[in-house]
Amino acid sequence: MWEQDVAFWIIALAMAAASIGVVRSRNIVHAALYLVVVLAGAAALYILLVAEFVAWVQVLIYIGAVVILFLFGIMLTRAPMGTEAGQLDNDQRWGAAVVALFLLGVLVALLVDAFGGTNIRFSDALVAQGKTATVGDSLFRNFLVPFEVVSMLLLGALVGAVVLARRD
Amino acid sequence: MDLNYFLILSAFLFCVGVYGVLARKNGVLVLMSVELMLNAVSINLIAFSAFQHNVSGQIFALFVITIAAAEVGVGLAIVLLIYRNLKSPDLDKIDELKG
Repeated sequence: MWEQDVAFWIIALAMAAASIGVVRSRNIVHAALYLVVVLAGAAALYILLVAEFVAWVQVLIYIGAVVILFLFGIMLTRAPMGTEAGQLDNDQRWGAAVVALFLLGVLVALLVDAFGGTNIRFSDALVAQGKTATVGDSLFRNFLVPFEVVSMLLLGALVGAVVLARRD
Repeated sequence: MDLNYFLILSAFLFCVGVYGVLARKNGVLVLMSVELMLNAVSINLIAFSAFQHNVSGQIFALFVITIAAAEVGVGLAIVLLIYRNLKSPDLDKIDELKG
């Protein structure tokens, strides 16, 4: 099992460093590219957890579509490419750091207390569960109504975005 | 594999996202930080799906990804409108409700 641990630590360290890059980078395009690293790392973690279908959906939708949307947003709002501090951040940086560290401390204490020592068992049943057929079966058998609701929500969001962004 | 590896990594990503939402001024960067938080939630869902041997967690992660796509579309349209009206994408310029 040590190969999985090594893979996890490589992915986790890359994701942690890149996520700091997203919130600290002084260049907005670099922040978007760091976001790509975080999203790809998440997809790799899904493969590590034997969730193939979700991993590829993550690659297609997040890295393929959402990041492109972000780059369009950066282009259309003519975001500053300058490197001086304070152009992208506001002045409540220290307060934000205190809030984030406090939240992290509370969450880690809670998780260690609640799930310390619990292991994920990688069995044949888990591998069968990651197959696209199983996911599709469950999606259209047990979650059909939420699936339809989410399609209507996507349609509504699409129309809403067009109406908002259109120039009259 | 220890379940807590995944949970603590996801807690870290969530807190970094909270920091980004609070500390960033540019609207596009705030939306990117929200994406970090949504991804942390997805990692949690997949980890528990593997832990409990239940496929529902994966379905919920798919829903989270869909909602995130819708949120980014509408969010960027709003940031674009703010930019058009105020000539700047900075969220702290929206202070017209201040007395």
